[in-house]
Amino acid sequence: MMNTSGRTRMIAYRLLQAIPAIIGIVIVSFILTRALPGDPAAYFAGPAASSESIEQIRRTMGLDQPLPVQFLAYVKDLVTGDLGHSISTGQPVLTELGARLPASLELTGFALLFSMAVALPLGILAASRPNSWVDHLCRFVVTAGVSLPVFFTGLALVYLFYYLLGWAPSPMGRIDILYLSPPKITGFYVIDSLLAGDLETARAALAQLILPAITLGLFTLAPIARMTRAAMIQILEGEFVRTARAAGLSRRSMLYTYALRNAILPVITTLGMVFSFTLGANVLVEKVFAWPGIGSWAVEALVVSDYAAVQGFVLAMALLFVTINLVIDILYTLIDPRLGMES
Amino acid sequence: MKRRDFLKGVSAMTIGASALPFLKSLPAMGAPGGTLVTVMGSTINSLDIHRSGTNRPSYQVAVNCYDRLVTFGTKTLEDGSLSYDYDELQPELATEWEVSDDGRTLTFTLRENATFQDGAPVTAADVKWSFDRAVTLGGFPTAQMAAGSLEQPEQFEAVDARTFRIHLPHASKLTLPDLTTPIAIVINSELAKSHATEDDPWATEYLHRNTIGSGAFSVERWDSGQQLVYARNDDWACGPLPEAQQVILREVPSTSTRRALVERGDAQLSQDIPPKDASELTQGDQVEIVSTPIENCLHVLCTNLDFEPFQDRQVRQAIAWAVPYQAIFDNAAYGQGVPMWGGAEDEAIEPVWPQPFPYQENLERARELMAQSAYPDGFEVSLSFDLGQAAWAEPTALLIQESLAQIGIRTQIERIPGANWRTVALVEKSLPLHLENFGGWLNTPDYYFYWAYVHGNLFNSSNYDNPEMAQLVEDTLYIAQSDPAYVPNVQRMIELAIEDIPRIPLYQPSLNVAMQPSIDNYVYWYHRQLDLRPLTLGRAENE
Repeated sequence: MMNTSGRTRMIAYRLLQAIPAIIGIVIVSFILTRALPGDPAAYFAGPAASSESIEQIRRTMGLDQPLPVQFLAYVKDLVTGDLGHSISTGQPVLTELGARLPASLELTGFALLFSMAVALPLGILAASRPNSWVDHLCRFVVTAGVSLPVFFTGLALVYLFYYLLGWAPSPMGRIDILYLSPPKITGFYVIDSLLAGDLETARAALAQLILPAITLGLFTLAPIARMTRAAMIQILEGEFVRTARAAGLSRRSMLYTYALRNAILPVITTLGMVFSFTLGANVLVEKVFAWPGIGSWAVEALVVSDYAAVQGFVLAMALLFVTINLVIDILYTLIDPRLGMES
Repeated sequence: MKRRDFLKGVSAMTIGASALPFLKSLPAMGAPGGTLVTVMGSTINSLDIHRSGTNRPSYQVAVNCYDRLVTFGTKTLEDGSLSYDYDELQPELATEWEVSDDGRTLTFTLRENATFQDGAPVTAADVKWSFDRAVTLGGFPTAQMAAGSLEQPEQFEAVDARTFRIHLPHASKLTLPDLTTPIAIVINSELAKSHATEDDPWATEYLHRNTIGSGAFSVERWDSGQQLVYARNDDWACGPLPEAQQVILREVPSTSTRRALVERGDAQLSQDIPPKDASELTQGDQVEIVSTPIENCLHVLCTNLDFEPFQDRQVRQAIAWAVPYQAIFDNAAYGQGVPMWGGAEDEAIEPVWPQPFPYQENLERARELMAQSAYPDGFEVSLSFDLGQAAWAEPTALLIQESLAQIGIRTQIERIPGANWRTVALVEKSLPLHLENFGGWLNTPDYYFYWAYVHGNLFNSSNYDNPEMAQLVEDTLYIAQSDPAYVPNVQRMIELAIEDIPRIPLYQPSLNVAMQPSIDNYVYWYHRQLDLRPLTLGRAENE
């Protein structure tokens, strides 16, 4: 195992590497939002606005200033931790991120848990018996999962489990109308209500999560299952596996102790990618289940040229990517000691 | 009491067969079932209608949480549904009002027992402060106030605690109706001022998050992007106490999900449902649909006169004869709304608006007109619509494209995102052929013509410029409907609109609301927002 100071050094080095990337993102997101067609002042002036009232709004939004001045003001606010106001929702961007990011993280997290619970065993089984019926089943399930559009899967699940059978709670967001949202600690409803010792609310929050998490999970099955299968097949063909087999190790310990541990690295990389991708891209799931997540907010903001919101979203996602990559790198060193030595 | 214990109590009491959603946290649940759950697709972005950037769905907060001086009465429409009545002005905060002989001074007497939700009495000073705020903050509120000739703070005078006076530069029939709009609300000025700062003298930050009116409800909780919870103000003085003690408004973006919710009964009312759902749900009996044609509103095809071929009136008329009206009505409006084509030709024009134009789909006639025009071989043009309106505009544009191809006009369809639409279509007015859906809040024809047919005005995206029309509108806008000049002027405006046809009416859209059959007394309003106050929950019969 890598020693602690080595790991600290690696983390510090990674964080340092992230700084230019983030500066770049701040600049690019600023320029890109300004390059969007459309005039937010005219839009937010609302119906029946006269040209004077549009000008008035342009001034209050600071959009009458030249771009470099706007940029400096933006950077100055950014340094003081002020991300500006999202006009489309009327909230400070920081508040929106604080409320919506946990909602998205919770949903994506549960979706990946579901996805992993199905995809990992499926991939391992498929790899250990290539071209058997299990392998074909695996291929069929993941192809179906990835080729069904999420809004369709979502609506189909709502129709079946909510509308027809009535098993699922009403798809009205993170918590049923019967319950109050738990006091905010982490922003994750399930965790917060458990922390507050309110099992009933935790169960209700979990119940709201099941359908959207499965919808999203079905979509992310494919990359995880396929990557598990491919990595496992490669490892199982390796010489050390043959040696282990020749040495008379049980199939079980060979598969799970030796092969899986080696095969898990590319799977974790895939997981990281899938996680960051789905976090911002599950707009359709959010819409179907009225989930107040970050994706639909960003899309709405983009449509109405809500600059501050778009910039805040891009920045938050960039920071998140950096963090996730860092976490994956650290996980690597935990799983595979060789990697730690090299860095 | 712990919430869990409370739920037990409730379930023993009422939940069971009906399983209607109750809020566990409900502080005082006197009458069981006093909670109404409604859903809508859009999001509330402010509790302050005067704030810049406040979107349309947020206007309902002003409707339900604040009072205006005056309001409109209610009338029953032909289909039995209820609508506000433009012809009947009724008291809200003002119990009586007096118009001076020259029509330039309006004096209002405020209700004696009206109080704000913090207990302070409503005074004329509050009315003045609120109106000053609306005409000063700029943006939409200022423009809407100006429609009633209310433009300067000096026009508003608090004579004594209960007497409020408005001075007008000229008499106008639009002033009193304008005072019923959600813009002309009365705010608790003392409370607001205590939250004002030097940078924010009108307390926009405080009012953004707090409702401080004298209205029937207050916003008890607002989780942006998720829900809004209204609580009834039991001391409301301006009308009969609403039945709903608490109203939960959930934001559910997907139309299919909203439909499932209201069909299952987990939501009792769904605001502004798409015409497709309205026409399908009307077939069943689980859900009741109220579909009201939106007054003074038209979906139109605009031919921009800045585009050379459209300067030829015969080309514009040819297009009006080529539009497949019925197909559009069936496929874009799903039969919800009122047809605006096929009116009688060569008959005296009634002074009503909107009314069916004499055009209908007649390709022969369209081809003839094209042949006589300066463009017998046709031309190429882009046909644009607002992406935010795609639900009706997309099928409409495709059908028009197909038909125009048959008279030699080749079109390319352009979809323009919402933020950009206002700029290019309404401000720059640079789209040659486009779909538009203006509707005027104040229900007189001249008001529609003022916005949509006078050169330079916002909704005249066709750049129609006819001095006669401009003069007619100027002469008519402020005079009373009983004025002898009124009817002939309006008739002439409609005649010009038909002849010159810079805007081709397709149909009058309708506002569709879906509700559980137990909900009753829903009233349509020109502002298209849900007025919670008259709604009855019909729970009594179920118990």
